[in-house]
Amino acid sequence: MLEIKNIWKTFNAGTVNEKTALRGVDLTLDDGDFVTVIGGNGAGKSTLLNAVSGVWPVDRGTISIGGVDVTKLPEHKRAKYIGRVFQDPMMGTAATMQIEENLALAARRGQRRGLRPGITKAEREEYREQLKMLDLGLEDRLTSKVGLLSGGQRQALTLLMAALRKPQLLLLDEHTAALDPKTAAKVLDATERIVQKDHLTTLMITHNMRDAIAHGNRLIMMYDGRIVVDVSGEEKEKLTVEQLLAMFNQASGSDEADDKLLLG
Amino acid sequence: MANFLNALPGAVSQGLIWGIMAIGVYITYKILDIADLTVDGSFCTGGAVFVMLFGSGVNLWVAMLVAFLAGMLAGLVTGLLHTACGIPAILAGILTQLGLYSINLAIMDMRASQSIAVTDNGVLNRLLVSLRFLNTEKFPFYRHPIFVVGVFTAAIIAILYWFFGRELGAALRATGSNQNMARAQGINTNVTKVLGLMLSNGLVALAGALLSQYSGGNEINVGRGAIVIGLAAVIIGEVLLDKVFRNFALKLLSVSIGAILYYIVIQAVLQMGLNPNYLKLLTAVVVGLFLSIPYWKGKYFRGYKKMRTVGINMVKIDGETGGDDRA
Ligand SMILES: Nc1ncnc2c1ncn2[C@@H]1O[C@H](COP(=O)(O)OP(=O)(O)OP(=O)(O)O)[C@@H](O)[C@H]1O
Ligand SMILES: [Mg+2]
Repeated sequence: MLEIKNIWKTFNAGTVNEKTALRGVDLTLDDGDFVTVIGGNGAGKSTLLNAVSGVWPVDRGTISIGGVDVTKLPEHKRAKYIGRVFQDPMMGTAATMQIEENLALAARRGQRRGLRPGITKAEREEYREQLKMLDLGLEDRLTSKVGLLSGGQRQALTLLMAALRKPQLLLLDEHTAALDPKTAAKVLDATERIVQKDHLTTLMITHNMRDAIAHGNRLIMMYDGRIVVDVSGEEKEKLTVEQLLAMFNQASGSDEADDKLLLG
Repeated sequence: MANFLNALPGAVSQGLIWGIMAIGVYITYKILDIADLTVDGSFCTGGAVFVMLFGSGVNLWVAMLVAFLAGMLAGLVTGLLHTACGIPAILAGILTQLGLYSINLAIMDMRASQSIAVTDNGVLNRLLVSLRFLNTEKFPFYRHPIFVVGVFTAAIIAILYWFFGRELGAALRATGSNQNMARAQGINTNVTKVLGLMLSNGLVALAGALLSQYSGGNEINVGRGAIVIGLAAVIIGEVLLDKVFRNFALKLLSVSIGAILYYIVIQAVLQMGLNPNYLKLLTAVVVGLFLSIPYWKGKYFRGYKKMRTVGINMVKIDGETGGDDRA
Protein backbone atom coordinates (compact mmCIF):
# COMPACT_ATOMS: atom_id res chain seq x y z
CA MET A 1 0.00 0.00 0.00
CA LEU A 2 2.75 2.39 1.03
CA GLU A 3 6.23 1.94 -0.35
CA ILE A 4 9.00 4.23 0.86
CA LYS A 5 12.39 3.65 -0.74
CA ASN A 6 15.58 5.19 0.60
CA ILE A 7 14.30 8.68 1.39
CA TRP A 8 16.62 11.41 2.63
CA LYS A 9 15.81 14.86 3.93
CA THR A 10 18.14 17.61 5.08
CA PHE A 11 16.76 20.88 6.43
CA ASN A 12 18.61 24.17 5.99
CA ALA A 13 21.32 22.52 3.91
CA GLY A 14 24.56 24.49 3.81
CA THR A 15 23.80 26.63 6.89
CA VAL A 16 24.78 26.31 10.53
CA ASN A 17 21.31 24.96 11.17
CA GLU A 18 21.80 22.07 8.75
CA LYS A 19 19.98 19.03 10.04
CA THR A 20 19.61 15.72 8.30
CA ALA A 21 16.31 14.45 9.62
CA LEU A 22 15.88 11.36 7.42
CA ARG A 23 18.81 9.14 6.48
CA GLY A 24 17.72 6.58 3.96
CA VAL A 25 14.40 5.36 5.32
CA ASP A 26 12.90 2.24 3.75
CA LEU A 27 9.42 1.17 4.75
CA THR A 28 6.76 -0.94 3.11
CA LEU A 29 3.26 -1.21 4.49
CA ASP A 30 0.82 -3.91 3.41
CA ASP A 31 -2.84 -3.30 2.91
CA GLY A 32 -4.50 -2.94 6.32
CA ASP A 33 -1.26 -2.65 8.30
CA PHE A 34 -1.59 -0.59 11.47
CA VAL A 35 1.91 0.51 12.39
CA THR A 36 2.82 2.41 15.55
CA VAL A 37 5.91 4.61 15.42
CA ILE A 38 8.02 5.53 18.45
CA GLY A 39 11.34 7.32 18.93
CA GLY A 40 12.92 10.16 20.89
CA ASN A 41 12.44 13.86 20.24
CA GLY A 42 13.95 14.81 16.95
CA ALA A 43 14.25 11.21 15.75
CA GLY A 44 12.50 12.10 12.51
CA LYS A 45 9.03 10.64 13.09
CA SER A 46 7.09 13.75 12.11
CA THR A 47 9.51 14.36 9.27
CA LEU A 48 8.74 10.89 7.92
CA LEU A 49 5.00 11.57 7.96
CA ASN A 50 5.49 15.01 6.44
CA ALA A 51 7.57 13.46 3.67
CA VAL A 52 4.77 11.04 2.87
CA SER A 53 2.18 13.86 2.94
CA GLY A 54 4.31 16.00 0.64
CA VAL A 55 4.66 19.04 2.92
CA TRP A 56 7.99 19.58 1.09
CA PRO A 57 9.86 17.46 -1.48
CA VAL A 58 12.38 14.87 -0.27
CA ASP A 59 16.03 15.13 -1.34
CA ARG A 60 16.31 11.54 -2.49
CA GLY A 61 14.26 8.37 -2.73
CA THR A 62 10.74 7.54 -3.82
CA ILE A 63 7.34 7.26 -2.20
CA SER A 64 4.43 5.42 -3.73
CA ILE A 65 0.93 4.89 -2.42
CA GLY A 66 -1.20 2.07 -3.76
CA GLY A 67 1.22 1.64 -6.64
CA VAL A 68 1.14 5.32 -7.64
CA ASP A 69 4.45 7.16 -7.46
CA VAL A 70 3.63 10.33 -5.52
CA THR A 71 7.20 11.54 -4.94
CA LYS A 72 6.73 14.54 -7.20
CA LEU A 73 3.11 15.34 -6.37
CA PRO A 74 2.39 18.49 -4.32
CA GLU A 75 0.72 18.19 -0.93
CA HIS A 76 -2.81 19.01 -2.06
CA LYS A 77 -2.70 16.35 -4.77
CA ARG A 78 -1.48 13.64 -2.43
CA ALA A 79 -4.33 14.50 -0.09
CA LYS A 80 -6.51 12.36 -2.35
CA TYR A 81 -4.86 9.26 -0.92
CA ILE A 82 -4.11 10.41 2.62
CA GLY A 83 -6.04 11.27 5.76
CA ARG A 84 -4.10 13.11 8.45
CA VAL A 85 -4.42 14.07 12.11
CA PHE A 86 -1.83 16.31 13.72
CA GLN A 87 -0.54 16.75 17.24
CA ASP A 88 -1.87 20.27 17.52
CA PRO A 89 -5.69 20.19 17.78
CA MET A 90 -5.79 23.63 16.08
CA MET A 91 -4.13 22.34 12.95
CA GLY A 92 -6.57 19.84 11.47
CA THR A 93 -9.80 21.83 11.34
CA ALA A 94 -11.01 25.23 10.16
CA ALA A 95 -11.99 26.96 13.40
CA THR A 96 -14.16 29.64 11.83
CA MET A 97 -16.27 27.11 9.93
CA GLN A 98 -19.06 24.86 11.14
CA ILE A 99 -18.63 21.20 12.08
CA GLU A 100 -20.65 20.10 9.06
CA GLU A 101 -18.73 22.43 6.75
CA ASN A 102 -15.46 20.94 7.93
CA LEU A 103 -16.77 17.45 7.26
CA ALA A 104 -18.05 18.52 3.85
CA LEU A 105 -14.61 19.88 2.97
CA ALA A 106 -13.08 16.56 3.95
CA ALA A 107 -15.67 14.61 1.99
CA ARG A 108 -14.51 16.39 -1.17
CA ARG A 109 -10.85 15.63 -0.68
CA GLY A 110 -9.36 14.56 -3.98
CA GLN A 111 -12.27 15.85 -6.04
CA ARG A 112 -12.50 18.88 -8.27
CA ARG A 113 -14.19 21.70 -6.43
CA GLY A 114 -16.59 23.64 -8.60
CA LEU A 115 -19.92 25.36 -8.23
CA ARG A 116 -21.84 22.42 -6.82
CA PRO A 117 -23.28 22.96 -3.34
CA GLY A 118 -20.71 22.99 -0.56
CA ILE A 119 -22.90 20.62 1.43
CA THR A 120 -26.11 18.71 0.71
CA LYS A 121 -29.00 17.56 2.86
CA ALA A 122 -28.12 13.90 2.43
CA GLU A 123 -24.60 14.64 3.64
CA ARG A 124 -25.90 16.25 6.81
CA GLU A 125 -27.70 13.04 7.71
CA GLU A 126 -24.61 11.01 6.99
CA TYR A 127 -22.46 13.27 9.18
CA ARG A 128 -24.96 13.10 12.00
CA GLU A 129 -24.69 9.32 11.95
CA GLN A 130 -20.91 9.39 11.78
CA LEU A 131 -20.64 11.88 14.64
CA LYS A 132 -22.85 9.68 16.81
CA MET A 133 -20.15 7.04 16.59
CA LEU A 134 -17.72 9.35 18.35
CA ASP A 135 -20.05 9.56 21.33
CA LEU A 136 -19.11 13.14 22.14
CA GLY A 137 -22.50 14.73 21.58
CA LEU A 138 -21.32 16.44 18.42
CA GLU A 139 -24.22 15.06 16.36
CA ASP A 140 -26.47 17.74 17.86
CA ARG A 141 -24.04 20.53 17.07
CA LEU A 142 -23.60 20.22 13.31
CA THR A 143 -23.77 23.96 12.77
CA SER A 144 -21.52 24.98 15.68
CA LYS A 145 -18.25 26.65 14.80
CA VAL A 146 -15.36 24.24 15.31
CA GLY A 147 -13.51 26.96 17.24
CA LEU A 148 -15.96 26.41 20.09
CA LEU A 149 -14.98 22.75 20.55
CA SER A 150 -12.53 21.39 23.10
CA GLY A 151 -9.17 20.02 21.99
CA GLY A 152 -10.37 16.45 22.33
CA GLN A 153 -13.52 17.12 20.35
CA ARG A 154 -11.48 18.77 17.63
CA GLN A 155 -9.09 15.83 17.42
CA ALA A 156 -11.97 13.38 17.24
CA LEU A 157 -13.54 15.47 14.49
CA THR A 158 -10.24 15.68 12.60
CA LEU A 159 -9.97 11.91 12.87
CA LEU A 160 -13.45 11.49 11.47
CA MET A 161 -12.61 13.90 8.64
CA ALA A 162 -9.40 12.02 7.89
CA ALA A 163 -11.23 8.69 7.70
CA LEU A 164 -14.44 9.95 6.09
CA ARG A 165 -13.69 8.85 2.55
CA LYS A 166 -11.66 5.78 3.45
CA PRO A 167 -8.18 7.06 2.60
CA GLN A 168 -5.63 4.59 1.33
CA LEU A 169 -3.37 5.79 4.10
CA LEU A 170 -4.09 7.27 7.54
CA LEU A 171 -1.30 9.29 9.18
CA LEU A 172 -1.59 10.12 12.88
CA ASP A 173 1.13 12.30 14.42
CA GLU A 174 0.83 12.09 18.20
CA HIS A 175 -2.80 12.99 17.82
CA THR A 176 -3.61 12.40 21.48
CA ALA A 177 -0.51 14.02 22.99
CA ALA A 178 -2.13 17.38 23.70
CA LEU A 179 -5.18 15.89 25.42
CA ASP A 180 -5.89 15.03 29.04
CA PRO A 181 -5.60 11.29 29.81
CA LYS A 182 -9.33 10.59 29.77
CA THR A 183 -9.93 12.39 26.48
CA ALA A 184 -6.79 10.86 25.00
CA ALA A 185 -8.12 7.39 25.81
CA LYS A 186 -11.44 8.22 24.21
CA VAL A 187 -9.85 9.52 21.01
CA LEU A 188 -7.54 6.52 20.86
CA ASP A 189 -10.52 4.27 21.30
CA ALA A 190 -12.29 5.97 18.41
CA THR A 191 -9.11 5.62 16.36
CA GLU A 192 -9.03 1.88 16.96
CA ARG A 193 -12.69 1.52 15.97
CA ILE A 194 -12.40 3.59 12.82
CA VAL A 195 -9.23 1.84 11.68
CA GLN A 196 -10.75 -1.59 12.30
CA LYS A 197 -14.05 -0.79 10.63
CA ASP A 198 -12.55 0.21 7.31
CA HIS A 199 -9.28 -1.75 7.56
CA LEU A 200 -7.33 1.46 7.06
CA THR A 201 -3.61 1.25 6.45
CA THR A 202 -2.29 3.41 9.28
CA LEU A 203 0.91 4.98 10.61
CA MET A 204 0.50 6.25 14.17
CA ILE A 205 3.23 8.15 16.00
CA THR A 206 3.04 8.05 19.78
CA HIS A 207 5.24 8.88 22.71
CA ASN A 208 3.41 6.43 24.89
CA MET A 209 5.06 3.02 24.77
CA ARG A 210 2.02 1.24 26.19
CA ASP A 211 -0.17 2.66 23.45
CA ALA A 212 2.45 1.70 20.88
CA ILE A 213 2.35 -1.88 22.11
CA ALA A 214 -1.40 -2.08 22.64
CA HIS A 215 -2.37 -0.86 19.19
CA GLY A 216 -1.57 -2.04 15.70
CA ASN A 217 0.02 -5.14 14.25
CA ARG A 218 3.48 -3.72 13.80
CA LEU A 219 5.81 -1.34 15.65
CA ILE A 220 8.77 0.63 14.38
CA MET A 221 11.25 2.70 16.32
CA MET A 222 13.16 5.59 14.81
CA TYR A 223 16.46 6.98 15.92
CA ASP A 224 18.47 9.73 14.27
CA GLY A 225 16.63 9.62 10.97
CA ARG A 226 16.58 5.86 10.61
CA ILE A 227 14.27 2.99 11.43
CA VAL A 228 16.18 1.01 14.03
CA VAL A 229 13.56 -1.45 15.28
CA ASP A 230 10.79 -3.13 13.32
CA VAL A 231 8.68 -5.80 15.02
CA SER A 232 5.41 -7.32 13.93
CA GLY A 233 3.09 -10.27 14.32
CA GLU A 234 3.50 -12.48 17.35
CA GLU A 235 6.71 -10.85 18.44
CA LYS A 236 4.92 -7.50 18.62
CA GLU A 237 2.04 -8.95 20.57
CA LYS A 238 4.36 -10.31 23.24
CA LEU A 239 6.36 -7.11 23.53
CA THR A 240 6.67 -5.44 26.94
CA VAL A 241 7.58 -1.88 27.88
CA GLU A 242 10.82 -3.13 29.47
CA GLN A 243 11.87 -4.90 26.28
CA LEU A 244 11.07 -1.83 24.26
CA LEU A 245 13.15 0.29 26.61
CA ALA A 246 16.06 -2.03 26.29
CA MET A 247 15.77 -1.86 22.51
CA PHE A 248 15.71 1.89 22.66
CA ASN A 249 18.79 2.10 24.86
CA GLN A 250 20.60 -0.30 22.59
CA ALA A 251 19.72 1.70 19.51
CA SER A 252 20.68 5.02 21.04
CA GLY A 253 23.81 3.61 22.65
CA SER A 254 22.84 4.94 26.05
CA ASP A 255 21.97 2.85 29.06
CA GLU A 256 20.41 5.40 31.33
CA ALA A 257 17.04 4.08 32.37
CA ASP A 258 14.46 6.79 32.01
CA ASP A 259 11.92 6.53 34.78
CA LYS A 260 9.49 8.78 33.04
CA LEU A 261 8.93 6.14 30.40
CA LEU A 262 7.61 3.65 32.88
CA LEU A 263 4.91 6.06 33.86
CA GLY A 264 3.48 5.91 30.38
CA MET B 1 -28.35 70.80 10.86
CA ALA B 2 -30.47 71.49 7.80
CA ASN B 3 -27.29 71.47 5.78
CA PHE B 4 -26.33 68.14 7.24
CA LEU B 5 -29.73 66.62 6.47
CA ASN B 6 -29.55 67.92 2.94
CA ALA B 7 -26.18 66.32 2.51
CA LEU B 8 -27.31 63.01 3.99
CA PRO B 9 -28.61 61.31 0.81
CA GLY B 10 -25.32 62.11 -0.89
CA ALA B 11 -23.32 60.72 2.00
CA VAL B 12 -25.41 57.54 2.07
CA SER B 13 -25.04 57.11 -1.69
CA GLN B 14 -21.28 57.47 -1.51
CA GLY B 15 -21.21 55.16 1.46
CA LEU B 16 -23.10 52.53 -0.50
CA ILE B 17 -20.67 52.77 -3.41
CA TRP B 18 -17.64 52.55 -1.15
CA GLY B 19 -19.47 49.73 0.64
CA ILE B 20 -19.14 47.60 -2.48
CA MET B 21 -15.42 48.29 -2.40
CA ALA B 22 -15.40 47.41 1.29
CA ILE B 23 -17.10 44.08 0.54
CA GLY B 24 -14.16 43.41 -1.76
CA VAL B 25 -11.79 44.24 1.08
CA TYR B 26 -13.81 41.95 3.36
CA ILE B 27 -13.12 39.04 1.01
CA THR B 28 -9.37 39.40 1.29
CA TYR B 29 -9.00 40.77 4.80
CA LYS B 30 -11.62 38.72 6.61
CA ILE B 31 -12.19 35.62 4.50
CA LEU B 32 -8.72 35.03 3.06
CA ASP B 33 -6.83 36.65 5.94
CA ILE B 34 -4.69 38.70 3.54
CA ALA B 35 -4.23 42.47 3.78
CA ASP B 36 -4.32 43.38 0.09
CA LEU B 37 -3.11 46.85 -0.82
CA THR B 38 -3.82 46.40 -4.53
CA VAL B 39 -7.20 48.05 -3.96
CA ASP B 40 -5.70 51.54 -3.73
CA GLY B 41 -4.80 51.14 -7.40
CA SER B 42 -7.55 48.87 -8.71
CA PHE B 43 -10.32 51.19 -7.50
CA CYS B 44 -8.99 53.88 -9.81
CA THR B 45 -8.49 51.34 -12.59
CA GLY B 46 -12.20 50.56 -12.49
CA GLY B 47 -13.11 54.22 -12.79
CA ALA B 48 -10.54 54.85 -15.52
CA VAL B 49 -11.63 51.93 -17.65
CA PHE B 50 -15.27 52.83 -17.26
CA VAL B 51 -14.91 56.52 -18.06
CA MET B 52 -12.79 55.91 -21.16
CA LEU B 53 -14.98 53.14 -22.55
CA PHE B 54 -18.26 54.86 -21.76
CA GLY B 55 -16.92 58.10 -23.17
CA SER B 56 -16.13 56.43 -26.44
CA GLY B 57 -19.72 55.20 -26.73
CA VAL B 58 -19.44 51.68 -25.35
CA ASN B 59 -22.59 50.30 -23.70
CA LEU B 60 -22.78 51.06 -19.97
CA TRP B 61 -23.03 47.44 -18.89
CA VAL B 62 -20.20 46.35 -21.15
CA ALA B 63 -18.05 49.19 -19.77
CA MET B 64 -18.84 48.10 -16.20
CA LEU B 65 -18.07 44.48 -17.03
CA VAL B 66 -14.70 45.42 -18.53
CA ALA B 67 -13.95 47.54 -15.45
CA PHE B 68 -14.72 44.49 -13.29
CA LEU B 69 -12.45 42.31 -15.43
CA ALA B 70 -9.66 44.91 -15.28
CA GLY B 71 -9.87 44.78 -11.49
CA MET B 72 -9.67 41.00 -11.60
CA LEU B 73 -6.58 41.24 -13.75
CA ALA B 74 -4.95 43.48 -11.12
CA GLY B 75 -5.85 40.90 -8.49
CA LEU B 76 -4.37 38.19 -10.67
CA VAL B 77 -1.05 40.04 -10.85
CA THR B 78 -0.90 40.45 -7.06
CA GLY B 79 -1.94 36.83 -6.62
CA LEU B 80 0.80 35.56 -8.91
CA LEU B 81 3.43 37.79 -7.31
CA HIS B 82 2.40 36.33 -3.99
CA THR B 83 1.93 32.64 -4.82
CA ALA B 84 4.12 31.97 -7.84
CA CYS B 85 6.94 34.35 -6.87
CA GLY B 86 6.79 33.98 -3.08
CA ILE B 87 6.51 37.70 -2.35
CA PRO B 88 4.70 38.49 0.93
CA ALA B 89 1.09 39.45 0.20
CA ILE B 90 1.39 43.02 1.50
CA LEU B 91 4.44 43.72 -0.63
CA ALA B 92 2.87 42.07 -3.67
CA GLY B 93 -0.12 44.38 -3.28
CA ILE B 94 2.09 47.44 -2.94
CA LEU B 95 3.99 46.54 -6.10
CA THR B 96 0.82 46.09 -8.13
CA GLN B 97 -0.63 49.29 -6.72
CA LEU B 98 2.46 51.25 -7.67
CA GLY B 99 2.50 49.83 -11.17
CA LEU B 100 -1.19 50.55 -11.54
CA TYR B 101 -0.59 54.26 -11.03
CA SER B 102 1.18 54.41 -14.40
CA ILE B 103 -1.29 52.07 -16.01
CA ASN B 104 -4.24 54.11 -14.76
CA LEU B 105 -2.69 57.27 -16.18
CA ALA B 106 -2.13 55.50 -19.48
CA ILE B 107 -5.75 54.31 -19.55
CA MET B 108 -6.84 57.91 -18.96
CA ASP B 109 -4.83 59.11 -21.95
CA MET B 110 -2.01 60.37 -19.73
CA ARG B 111 -4.28 62.83 -18.00
CA ALA B 112 -4.80 63.11 -14.27
CA SER B 113 -8.54 63.37 -14.68
CA GLN B 114 -11.18 62.51 -17.23
CA SER B 115 -14.80 63.50 -17.04
CA ILE B 116 -18.09 62.17 -18.29
CA ALA B 117 -20.18 64.67 -20.26
CA VAL B 118 -23.01 64.75 -17.72
CA THR B 119 -24.24 68.15 -18.91
CA ASP B 120 -25.46 66.36 -22.02
CA ASN B 121 -28.85 64.95 -21.06
CA GLY B 122 -28.50 62.06 -23.47
CA VAL B 123 -25.29 60.99 -21.79
CA LEU B 124 -26.64 61.60 -18.29
CA ASN B 125 -29.68 59.46 -18.92
CA ARG B 126 -27.54 56.53 -20.00
CA LEU B 127 -25.75 56.49 -16.63
CA LEU B 128 -26.74 54.07 -13.90
CA VAL B 129 -25.95 56.50 -11.09
CA SER B 130 -25.14 60.16 -10.83
CA LEU B 131 -25.26 62.66 -8.02
CA ARG B 132 -27.64 64.62 -10.24
CA PHE B 133 -30.22 61.88 -9.67
CA LEU B 134 -30.24 62.89 -6.00
CA ASN B 135 -32.64 65.63 -7.06
CA THR B 136 -35.98 64.02 -6.27
CA GLU B 137 -37.96 66.73 -7.98
CA LYS B 138 -36.41 66.15 -11.38
CA PHE B 139 -35.86 62.40 -11.22
CA PRO B 140 -38.05 59.46 -10.15
CA PHE B 141 -37.16 57.49 -7.01
CA TYR B 142 -35.99 54.47 -8.99
CA ARG B 143 -33.17 56.52 -10.43
CA HIS B 144 -32.09 57.74 -7.00
CA PRO B 145 -28.52 56.59 -6.21
CA ILE B 146 -29.55 55.15 -2.84
CA PHE B 147 -32.14 52.99 -4.55
CA VAL B 148 -29.97 51.96 -7.51
CA VAL B 149 -26.78 51.26 -5.58
CA GLY B 150 -28.85 49.66 -2.84
CA VAL B 151 -30.30 47.18 -5.31
CA PHE B 152 -26.86 46.69 -6.84
CA THR B 153 -25.39 45.94 -3.42
CA ALA B 154 -28.17 43.50 -2.62
CA ALA B 155 -27.49 41.66 -5.87
CA ILE B 156 -23.77 41.46 -5.16
CA ILE B 157 -24.40 40.18 -1.64
CA ALA B 158 -26.81 37.57 -3.01
CA ILE B 159 -24.26 36.37 -5.58
CA LEU B 160 -21.46 36.23 -3.02
CA TYR B 161 -23.68 34.43 -0.54
CA TRP B 162 -24.43 31.86 -3.21
CA PHE B 163 -20.78 31.53 -4.25
CA PHE B 164 -19.39 31.08 -0.75
CA GLY B 165 -21.86 28.29 -0.16
CA ARG B 166 -20.48 26.36 -3.15
CA GLU B 167 -17.57 23.91 -3.07
CA LEU B 168 -15.15 26.46 -4.45
CA GLY B 169 -16.33 29.19 -2.10
CA ALA B 170 -16.00 26.85 0.87
CA ALA B 171 -12.46 26.04 -0.27
CA LEU B 172 -11.67 29.76 -0.25
CA ARG B 173 -13.01 30.14 3.26
CA ALA B 174 -11.06 27.11 4.44
CA THR B 175 -7.88 28.59 2.96
CA GLY B 176 -8.34 31.76 4.99
CA SER B 177 -9.32 29.88 8.12
CA ASN B 178 -6.50 27.32 8.16
CA GLN B 179 -4.19 26.84 5.20
CA ASN B 180 -2.71 23.75 6.64
CA MET B 181 -6.07 22.08 6.98
CA ALA B 182 -7.05 23.26 3.50
CA ARG B 183 -4.04 21.61 1.91
CA ALA B 184 -4.55 18.45 3.93
CA GLN B 185 -8.06 18.36 2.45
CA GLY B 186 -6.69 18.58 -1.06
CA ILE B 187 -7.25 22.28 -1.67
CA ASN B 188 -4.66 24.05 -3.83
CA THR B 189 -4.32 27.08 -1.59
CA ASN B 190 -2.37 29.01 -4.22
CA VAL B 191 -5.31 28.78 -6.60
CA THR B 192 -7.85 29.78 -3.95
CA LYS B 193 -5.76 32.77 -2.87
CA VAL B 194 -5.38 34.03 -6.42
CA LEU B 195 -9.08 33.53 -7.01
CA GLY B 196 -10.00 35.45 -3.87
CA LEU B 197 -7.71 38.32 -4.80
CA MET B 198 -9.23 38.46 -8.28
CA LEU B 199 -12.79 38.44 -7.00
CA SER B 200 -11.99 41.10 -4.43
CA ASN B 201 -10.29 43.46 -6.85
CA GLY B 202 -13.00 42.91 -9.43
CA LEU B 203 -15.55 44.22 -6.92
CA VAL B 204 -13.26 47.09 -5.95
CA ALA B 205 -12.92 48.14 -9.59
CA LEU B 206 -16.67 47.85 -10.05
CA ALA B 207 -17.12 50.24 -7.13
CA GLY B 208 -14.61 52.54 -8.82
CA ALA B 209 -16.69 52.43 -11.99
CA LEU B 210 -19.82 53.31 -10.01
CA LEU B 211 -18.12 56.20 -8.24
CA SER B 212 -16.84 57.65 -11.52
CA GLN B 213 -20.43 57.67 -12.78
CA TYR B 214 -21.72 59.15 -9.58
CA SER B 215 -19.22 61.98 -9.54
CA GLY B 216 -19.15 62.45 -13.30
CA GLY B 217 -15.54 61.53 -13.93
CA ASN B 218 -12.43 59.84 -12.67
CA GLU B 219 -9.19 61.23 -11.34
CA ILE B 220 -5.90 59.54 -10.72
CA ASN B 221 -5.88 59.86 -6.92
CA VAL B 222 -9.41 58.64 -6.35
CA GLY B 223 -8.44 55.32 -4.75
CA ARG B 224 -5.71 56.59 -2.50
CA GLY B 225 -6.36 55.25 0.98
CA ALA B 226 -9.17 52.98 -0.26
CA ILE B 227 -7.82 50.07 1.76
CA VAL B 228 -8.13 52.08 4.96
CA ILE B 229 -11.67 53.16 4.13
CA GLY B 230 -12.48 49.53 3.38
CA LEU B 231 -11.02 48.42 6.68
CA ALA B 232 -12.92 51.19 8.47
CA ALA B 233 -16.18 49.92 6.97
CA VAL B 234 -15.39 46.30 7.85
CA ILE B 235 -14.48 47.23 11.41
CA ILE B 236 -17.39 49.60 12.04
CA GLY B 237 -19.78 46.95 10.72
CA GLU B 238 -18.19 44.30 12.86
CA VAL B 239 -18.07 46.30 16.07
CA LEU B 240 -21.68 47.41 15.78
CA LEU B 241 -23.37 44.40 14.26
CA ASP B 242 -21.27 41.28 14.84
CA LYS B 243 -23.46 40.09 17.69
CA VAL B 244 -26.71 40.63 15.79
CA PHE B 245 -25.73 39.53 12.29
CA ARG B 246 -24.62 35.91 12.35
CA ASN B 247 -25.55 34.90 8.83
CA PHE B 248 -22.89 35.39 6.15
CA ALA B 249 -25.11 37.54 3.92
CA LEU B 250 -25.87 39.78 6.89
CA LYS B 251 -22.17 40.07 7.66
CA LEU B 252 -21.64 41.40 4.14
CA LEU B 253 -24.54 43.75 4.67
CA SER B 254 -22.93 45.01 7.87
CA VAL B 255 -19.84 45.94 5.83
CA SER B 256 -22.02 48.05 3.56
CA ILE B 257 -23.72 49.63 6.56
CA GLY B 258 -20.28 50.28 8.06
CA ALA B 259 -19.30 52.19 4.92
CA ILE B 260 -22.49 54.24 5.02
CA LEU B 261 -21.92 55.15 8.66
CA TYR B 262 -18.36 56.08 7.85
CA TYR B 263 -19.52 58.53 5.19
CA ILE B 264 -22.19 59.99 7.43
CA VAL B 265 -19.60 60.62 10.14
CA ILE B 266 -17.23 62.16 7.59
CA GLN B 267 -20.07 64.39 6.39
CA ALA B 268 -20.82 65.41 9.96
CA VAL B 269 -17.26 66.38 10.82
CA LEU B 270 -16.99 68.32 7.57
CA GLN B 271 -20.15 70.20 8.43
CA MET B 272 -18.64 70.96 11.81
CA GLY B 273 -15.95 72.83 9.95
CA LEU B 274 -13.05 70.40 9.80
CA ASN B 275 -10.58 71.20 7.05
CA PRO B 276 -11.02 68.35 4.51
CA ASN B 277 -7.26 68.00 4.47
CA TYR B 278 -7.42 66.29 7.87
CA LEU B 279 -9.91 63.63 6.79
CA LYS B 280 -7.24 61.08 5.89
CA LEU B 281 -5.46 61.61 9.20
CA LEU B 282 -8.74 61.23 11.06
CA THR B 283 -9.54 58.01 9.21
CA ALA B 284 -6.09 56.58 9.84
CA VAL B 285 -6.28 57.35 13.56
CA VAL B 286 -9.77 55.90 13.96
CA VAL B 287 -8.96 52.71 12.01
CA GLY B 288 -5.68 52.35 13.88
CA LEU B 289 -7.53 52.54 17.18
CA PHE B 290 -10.15 50.02 16.18
CA LEU B 291 -7.56 47.60 14.83
CA SER B 292 -5.68 47.68 18.11
CA ILE B 293 -8.71 46.97 20.29
CA PRO B 294 -8.75 43.18 19.72
CA TYR B 295 -5.02 43.01 20.35
CA TRP B 296 -5.16 44.86 23.63
CA LYS B 297 -8.20 42.93 24.70
CA GLY B 298 -6.42 39.66 23.94
CA LYS B 299 -3.31 40.76 25.72
CA TYR B 300 -4.97 41.64 28.97
CA PHE B 301 -7.86 39.24 29.17
CA ARG B 302 -6.82 35.95 27.61
CA GLY B 303 -3.06 36.24 27.66
CA TYR B 304 -2.00 32.84 28.87
CA LYS B 305 -4.80 30.57 27.68
CA LYS B 306 -2.99 29.57 24.52
CA MET B 307 -0.08 28.04 26.35
CA ARG B 308 -2.21 25.24 27.67
CA THR B 309 -3.11 23.57 24.41
CA VAL B 310 0.06 21.61 23.75
CA GLY B 311 2.46 19.77 25.92
CA ILE B 312 0.37 18.20 28.65
CA ASN B 313 0.57 14.53 29.38
CA MET B 314 3.38 13.73 26.99
CA VAL B 315 5.46 10.81 28.02
CA LYS B 316 8.86 11.57 26.62
CA ILE B 317 11.38 8.97 25.71
CA ASP B 318 14.25 11.21 26.61
CA GLY B 319 14.51 14.32 28.67
CA GLU B 320 15.46 16.91 26.10
CA THR B 321 12.95 19.12 24.47
CA GLY B 322 13.07 18.56 20.74
CA GLY B 323 12.68 20.93 17.86
CA ASP B 324 9.35 22.19 16.77
CA ASP B 325 8.16 20.10 13.84
CA ARG B 326 5.31 22.40 12.94
CA ALA B 327 7.27 24.77 10.79
N1 LIG C 1 10.60 22.18 8.77
C1 LIG C 1 11.77 21.98 9.43
N2 LIG C 1 12.77 22.85 9.30
C2 LIG C 1 13.95 22.65 9.94
N3 LIG C 1 14.20 21.60 10.73
C3 LIG C 1 13.24 20.70 10.90
C4 LIG C 1 11.97 20.83 10.26
N4 LIG C 1 11.19 19.78 10.61
C5 LIG C 1 11.96 19.04 11.42
N5 LIG C 1 13.19 19.56 11.60
C6 LIG C 1 14.27 18.99 12.38
O1 LIG C 1 14.43 17.64 12.00
C7 LIG C 1 14.66 16.82 13.14
C8 LIG C 1 13.61 15.73 13.21
O2 LIG C 1 12.39 16.36 13.60
P1 LIG C 1 11.01 15.60 13.74
O3 LIG C 1 10.02 16.65 13.95
O4 LIG C 1 10.81 14.69 12.62
O5 LIG C 1 11.21 14.78 15.07
P2 LIG C 1 10.17 13.87 15.82
O6 LIG C 1 10.71 12.50 15.80
O7 LIG C 1 8.82 14.06 15.29
O8 LIG C 1 10.28 14.47 17.28
P3 LIG C 1 9.17 14.81 18.37
O9 LIG C 1 8.97 13.57 19.14
O10 LIG C 1 9.79 15.87 19.19
O11 LIG C 1 7.94 15.26 17.66
C9 LIG C 1 14.69 17.74 14.32
O12 LIG C 1 16.02 18.05 14.62
C10 LIG C 1 13.95 18.96 13.86
O13 LIG C 1 14.41 20.11 14.51
MG1 LIG D 1 7.00 15.02 15.99
